[in-house]
Amino acid sequence: MKLKQLSVFLENKPGRLRELCALLADSGINMITISLADTEQFGILRLIVSDCEAAKAVLEEKGFVAKITEVIAVEVNDEPGGLRNVLQVEEAAGISVEYMYAFTIKSGENAVLLFRFDDMDKAVDALQTAGFKVLDSVALFNRADD
Amino acid sequence: MSKFVVENRIWDKEESLPRSDLAALQSSKLRKTVEQVQEVPFYQKKFAEAGLAAEKIQTLDDLQRLPFTTKADLRGEYPLGMLAVGKKDVARYHGSSGTTGQPTMVAYTHNDLKMWSNLCARFLTGGGLLPAHSVQIAFGYGLFTGGFGLHYGVERVGASIIPAAAGNTPKQLMLMMDMQVDALVCTPSYALNISEFIIQNDIPRNALNLKYAHFGGEPWTEDMRTRIEDEMGILCFNNYGLSEVIGPGVSGECAARDGMHIAEDAFIVECINPDTLEPVAPGEEGELVFTSLSKEAMPIIRYRTRDIASLNPEPCACGRTHIRMSRVTGRSDDMLIIKGVNVYPSQVEQALLRVEGTAPHYQIEVDRPDRKDIVTVKVEMTEESFSSSMKEMQELKDRINRAIQTITGLRMNIELVSPNSLERFIGKAQRVIDHRKKV
Repeated sequence: MKLKQLSVFLENKPGRLRELCALLADSGINMITISLADTEQFGILRLIVSDCEAAKAVLEEKGFVAKITEVIAVEVNDEPGGLRNVLQVEEAAGISVEYMYAFTIKSGENAVLLFRFDDMDKAVDALQTAGFKVLDSVALFNRADD
Repeated sequence: MSKFVVENRIWDKEESLPRSDLAALQSSKLRKTVEQVQEVPFYQKKFAEAGLAAEKIQTLDDLQRLPFTTKADLRGEYPLGMLAVGKKDVARYHGSSGTTGQPTMVAYTHNDLKMWSNLCARFLTGGGLLPAHSVQIAFGYGLFTGGFGLHYGVERVGASIIPAAAGNTPKQLMLMMDMQVDALVCTPSYALNISEFIIQNDIPRNALNLKYAHFGGEPWTEDMRTRIEDEMGILCFNNYGLSEVIGPGVSGECAARDGMHIAEDAFIVECINPDTLEPVAPGEEGELVFTSLSKEAMPIIRYRTRDIASLNPEPCACGRTHIRMSRVTGRSDDMLIIKGVNVYPSQVEQALLRVEGTAPHYQIEVDRPDRKDIVTVKVEMTEESFSSSMKEMQELKDRINRAIQTITGLRMNIELVSPNSLERFIGKAQRVIDHRKKV
């Protein structure tokens, strides 16, 4: 039930992000969602893309450092408290969030939350036990394409 | 600028020996030194390899037949392989400054210490020190030769010492004001810190009695001298030395402040092309090479300092006959002096190798944007060391930083950069970019 995320090391230099986007676009790789964690000197770009392995190969060929990491995608109602409800479950299970980001699905009323937890397996169990909809890649891409 | 004027004073008669007498003195002392080093297995081997018999060395012209001694040789003989006397005759040990790694040890007999303090008394006197003055020594006291070397030099002149040692700038200022100190001894970069503290704390100039300072331990520039003199209203004098040769006192400026007089009755200096090892023309820059003439515990033959400077044989207005050397303008190896600490790029490399997953591609950038040396180590990212978690990335930087600090004793900024973004070199890599041209 885990999802592949592509993380890319991005040195803070003008044009670097555009260069990366152009490479993916030229290879016909679509970004479902994107998040950038930045420091003064470098950033970590986290991407959910249509073809993770292909994207990694394209970027590596052009000298980017890219890594595939697992994250968990949870579908929640796009309404107040959506994120809190998930965090309550994880907190109760003693699991910490390493980082997270979110996006809303185009046509629906739902939002997708993407998480990296310190204990990924335990996190999935806790969420499913609590009745949350954890999306695999097929389900996620279906939602995104709706 | 300082209103203080230094009168021209010469400490002892050896400083103004006629050149012919000096040459005769050097010849006879060289013969003695060559004899002495026959006690040292390292030199026995070197002489044998060169097919050289000690008695073949008779005049100064024979000097160039002698083998060079390098830092690597001294490391190889760690700790006391270079000792030419019994351990019972050693009065004190010092070590090369800086790093927390293995130093190179040097030793002094009682006679050596006496001779050394006399050499320091010379340049201190040339640069204004009088028995009535008080001197604050803000050099580290320890293995580093700076603190103790200057300490006994000041004592030899008969002046009083405030052995403040390095660091704790507020306390330095308190002592300087309360004790109405006349002279300061430290590294030029530390003087910049002191000056900054004075400015930031609005300490009025008349609260200080400081007249002049003697700086050494690291290369500096005329721009830095002008800046410190303007800000602090003092006169600044340059001195030079290195533990392998003896420590401070190898050379120092006189009141003319136009080059540092090398104690030629104690050392023979050569200036060579570091590639061809041939002497350069007078006035041309080259690597300084020293042979000791008066040392007992650890005489040294043709020590390659790796310091680049030029020699000026022209007579000096002060009346000293000893040749003058310019400021050290660079190194013939890649050693850096950061905040007075000697650092080699190879030490940074060694540190990176200890941190798992880091690439062997790195670059060191040194700058002095205002007053303090700032070192940035650029390290290329690898897939192995990269993580999607910011916390882990910060931990990686911390690990690199700790490894560098363990080996060099210095904190450096770590900058993670894209793979292949640092220039690749064919042959000798240019690992260091030093921007410290000016203050």
